[in-house]
Amino acid sequence: MSSHAEEPTRRDFLTIAGSAFAAVGGAMALWPFIAQMNPDASTQALASVEVDLTPVKPGQAITVMWRGKPVFIRNRTPEEIQEAAATPVNDLPDPEPDRERVKKGHENWLVLVGICTHLGCIPKGQSLNDVKGDYGGWFCPCHGSHYDTSGRIRKGPAPRNLEVPTYEFVSDTKVRIG
Amino acid sequence: MATHQSTYEPKSGFEKWLDERLPIMRMMHGQFVDYPTPRNLNYLWTFGGILTAVLALQILTGVVLAMHYIPSATEAFDSVERIRRDVNYGWLIRNLHAVGASMFFLAVYVHLFRGLYYGSYKAPREVLWIIGVIIYLVMMATAFLGYTLPWGQMSFWGATVITNFFSAIPLVGQSIVEWLWGGYAVSGVTLNRFFSLHYLLPFVLAGLVVLHIWALHVSGQNNPTGIEPQTKADTVPMSPYAVAKDAVGMAVFALLFAWFVFFVPDYLGHADNYNQANPLVTPPHIVPEWYFLPFYAILRAIPSKLGGVIAMFGAIAILVFIPWLDTSRVRSTKYRPLYRWFFWLFVFTCLALGYLGSKPAEGVYVTWARVFTFYYFAHFLIVMPIIGIIETPKAMPRSISEAVLGKKGNGGTAVSPATAAAAAEKR
Repeated sequence: MSSHAEEPTRRDFLTIAGSAFAAVGGAMALWPFIAQMNPDASTQALASVEVDLTPVKPGQAITVMWRGKPVFIRNRTPEEIQEAAATPVNDLPDPEPDRERVKKGHENWLVLVGICTHLGCIPKGQSLNDVKGDYGGWFCPCHGSHYDTSGRIRKGPAPRNLEVPTYEFVSDTKVRIG
Repeated sequence: MATHQSTYEPKSGFEKWLDERLPIMRMMHGQFVDYPTPRNLNYLWTFGGILTAVLALQILTGVVLAMHYIPSATEAFDSVERIRRDVNYGWLIRNLHAVGASMFFLAVYVHLFRGLYYGSYKAPREVLWIIGVIIYLVMMATAFLGYTLPWGQMSFWGATVITNFFSAIPLVGQSIVEWLWGGYAVSGVTLNRFFSLHYLLPFVLAGLVVLHIWALHVSGQNNPTGIEPQTKADTVPMSPYAVAKDAVGMAVFALLFAWFVFFVPDYLGHADNYNQANPLVTPPHIVPEWYFLPFYAILRAIPSKLGGVIAMFGAIAILVFIPWLDTSRVRSTKYRPLYRWFFWLFVFTCLALGYLGSKPAEGVYVTWARVFTFYYFAHFLIVMPIIGIIETPKAMPRSISEAVLGKKGNGGTAVSPATAAAAAEKR
């Protein structure tokens, strides 16, 4: 080995090793302070709810809370199902057939996260005398998005259909969301 | 030191541009990089840096805890439990904060006794010292306010006892206490205002720390010999010498801190504080946190309500006058053969008062508490002025470098920075 002045010295090694150690340690110490802002265990424990559907008659809708968000559950009439199924999928801003938005054998039940995909308002259409928009589903009063009877965006600024949460039928009249 | 000029040289165009408009880099460089520090500083001098780091950690963890804590009489206790059990890493952050309070006091006591031993309060550092005493007082207030927030039994009754100090004030005492409480007893209203103030005071502390460091950098650091640096050979640049030494001190202190946090987080607290506050039942044995015990002993040693409160606050207030009570011309106790004994007697007195404060106020404990309370004040009011006059100090070296290098330093030969640093470490 030649003894040029450019050769790294022990001090260089110690400085680099020490700084690297401090940097890794600092980053690891930082993590708990970032992670503490994530949903905590008590919040996650509330991540699923069971809903009894017996009182909801055809044409009616209920709103339940799930993870702090409103979930729309609508018992659709045969006409509404027919209308949703007959819509040509390719014409939609967010193409998705109605059958993929419901559970097989429970086509009358539509379960949606009731938050407009535009900027987070809650669309109208749950009460019988609400404005339901041009397509008989929901209408968001904030910026005028129209959703159809499958909760799909048809007109207005919203980019996507109303989200279908993860859910399953525990029995014919009971659904578990989450 | 006040005349020290920063050797900062802006390198890039941006640094030049900034330096002409806001010379903050120049100031930081001058104060924390090439700032001359006495070459003989020992590890006791690392506690200033440790304290700054602990304050920063307390503020960081405190801000995080405030994101999850609910300052309400009905929910405070449960919200702290939720932080410990449910919040991600809440156990860690809460333990860091609770243990951090104790570590803060541990470090401040080392720092304070270091100052007492080496005469760091003497001219020209009186203002530096007094700001330190104010910091200590604000720290105590902050710690007390914070201790009430978990709203356990000790929180509640600690708050009741301490706010009742003010009821000792003649005539207006009761009105002042009700004003502090916002009611006729400690309640959720009190908790809310204590939370607000507990969030405020650490930032006041941070401001006071800036003043403390400012005053420190005007007069320059004291050192184990108590002799002011006279030549360049007496000092080394703060970076890397003092900074590296501070880092070692901090790492060792962090080990102790981490041991408490991860292995015995509740060791320094009281089990009673895991019972929710109950305004109808006082715990049978109510004691403050360990760092307040000596003052608690002084409070209980005086057989008069007002007298006890005055003695307790007086025990802190008297620290302000030390620069003028100490009549010795010599700073460092190292060169004071007679005073040295009294210094250690004073340390023992503080430890003894701490022990007595943790014991029930009865029988022989009260007697001893009175003896040590007497010495606590006598040390400042009698011993310090008299010893300073009658004592013959030991022969002192002429300079820091002579103290460090012995006769070798007298030759006036240039000492290379490497040897200087090595010699400084050997001290």
